[in-house]
Amino acid sequence: MLAMPRSGTAQAALDRAVSILSEHLADTGATRLDLPHIYEADALLDLYGEDLRARAFVYPDPDQGRELCLRPDFTVPVALVHRASGWDKVASYTYQGPVFRRQPPGFQRPVEFVQAGIERFGEDDPVAADVGVFKTLYRGLAELGLDEPEVTIGDLSIPFALLNALEMAEHRRDSLRRHFWRPTRFRDLLMRAQAPSDAREVPVDDLDRRAADAGEPVGLRSIADVTKRLVRLSAARRDPAMTVEQADLIDGVLQIRAPAREALAQLQRVTADAGVDLSVAIRRFADRVEALDVAGTDMDGMIFDASFGRNLEYYDGFVFELRAPGKPGGHPPLAGGGRYDAMTTYLGASSPVPAVGGIIRPEAVLEALA
Amino acid sequence: MSALTIGVPSKGRLQDDTIAWFADRGMQIVRDGAEREYAVSVKGIRDVTVQLLSAGEIPRELAAGRIHMGVTGRDLVHERIANHEQVVDMQFAMGFGYANLIVAVPAFWIDVETMHDLDEVAYDFRRSHGHPLRIATKYHNLARQFLHEKGVAEYRLVDSQGATEAAPKNLTAEAIIDITSSGETLRANHLKVLDDGLILPSEAMLCVSRTANWGAVSKDARAQIEAHLGIAF
Repeated sequence: MLAMPRSGTAQAALDRAVSILSEHLADTGATRLDLPHIYEADALLDLYGEDLRARAFVYPDPDQGRELCLRPDFTVPVALVHRASGWDKVASYTYQGPVFRRQPPGFQRPVEFVQAGIERFGEDDPVAADVGVFKTLYRGLAELGLDEPEVTIGDLSIPFALLNALEMAEHRRDSLRRHFWRPTRFRDLLMRAQAPSDAREVPVDDLDRRAADAGEPVGLRSIADVTKRLVRLSAARRDPAMTVEQADLIDGVLQIRAPAREALAQLQRVTADAGVDLSVAIRRFADRVEALDVAGTDMDGMIFDASFGRNLEYYDGFVFELRAPGKPGGHPPLAGGGRYDAMTTYLGASSPVPAVGGIIRPEAVLEALA
Repeated sequence: MSALTIGVPSKGRLQDDTIAWFADRGMQIVRDGAEREYAVSVKGIRDVTVQLLSAGEIPRELAAGRIHMGVTGRDLVHERIANHEQVVDMQFAMGFGYANLIVAVPAFWIDVETMHDLDEVAYDFRRSHGHPLRIATKYHNLARQFLHEKGVAEYRLVDSQGATEAAPKNLTAEAIIDITSSGETLRANHLKVLDDGLILPSEAMLCVSRTANWGAVSKDARAQIEAHLGIAF
């Protein structure tokens, strides 16, 4: 859906909302950034993966023989600014402006919309930083006149901690971890792990000749890459199958969806019953729930959804979303964000740098208030 | 202004087969001028115009309603029109132009038989080569959709508008997504199709636009065509 020109009272309302948010976000002491709209496509979109690349507006720059793109969000552009200032620094940034995303045909979502947000890097206390970002956005909505939004939270560090805690072959753990954001594939991998004897016979003799006989080596992958993987596959056939109990436990944890305190109790019960120690992740979750309570949010209405955030590839910890009360799911969220420490390593950090942020969509807020 | 416009492929085998198909059913599509002229008409049916268009443009013209009917590949309709069910009726499979849209990888990849393998290889590839595994194609939408369904995550599409099978040999891609009919070109380029790598079986389709202006005269012309072809749309 293309944007419509805005004028008169509509324009005044948006200007006012953006300036209220701008001031509110700057009051946190964060550095104000004014970011380019256009980036080199390869540099930016490699970090998001091909799926989000498909949703970015990419176009050729014939003079330079390269492709450019309109920023699909602010997270990577801001993280790149932080990288330039040094990963070891503690810093926070605020920004505002339009982002651009292609929408599937017939999908009534705008292709450009304004975001105003904050990103915080390098803080030692993850709970304080998580709750800090949440509170900033929650109060930002209140500043715009929207009280008591519906809140959904999640914590992707919990399923990751579970995958790390369970006894299983490393290659299996790796593929489950990296496909966590693709639920169908994840489920497929869980099924495969329970029946590895179904895996095909793998030849191990005379591999170089077999590969060479099959065809001329074309592309950048080498014969050595092929034979190395065959040897690995052959060894993997000896790995024991994943037990039904393990698969059920993973499923069970991912299905938890309840008011936050109750979800915490369920999580403690399920993992204790299974004899799995997730105490670090669960304590962090409990501390965060306590801190959110002190922050004055409506705890009874706050839903914890263990699968929430699985569609947003770069998040790997706390995630949250604030929606207009009583609005059905078809409306965009008013605000949302999360933690993405691991993504900083894709940007070149030698080890994950604490990173958490989130945005408000002022246009969606105005629509909800109208 | 004629009542009904049919888009017909403007060159090659697809054009010849299309004209022969209509001729077999009593509709003579004849060139009005010299060989290179793009002016064509249908003998014996009034108010019908034939427009010669590249097969790739026909889906767009159908979707926009600038032609009422058209002949093009199922693959092109799926690729070029995201919401094709809403705007184009692929009414009749014409029985020629068979081709499969497939995922192919180098034949010497004897460790790779399925999309599951391809995904694992893509993951390893990025780590060892520092950039994503490249897949050459002109079918960007269908490729992305299929790779997404199969859960293949770390890849990069490389645009290739011709001789796609040669991309791995030219070191511009590791794998391809393209159409193939006999598989001969694939073999000649040292490629093989993955076991579960069939994206879409395609053939020439007689398509009807849902968005074109279907006034009484157009409907009348359509009825005449149906009578000639012996099929009811």
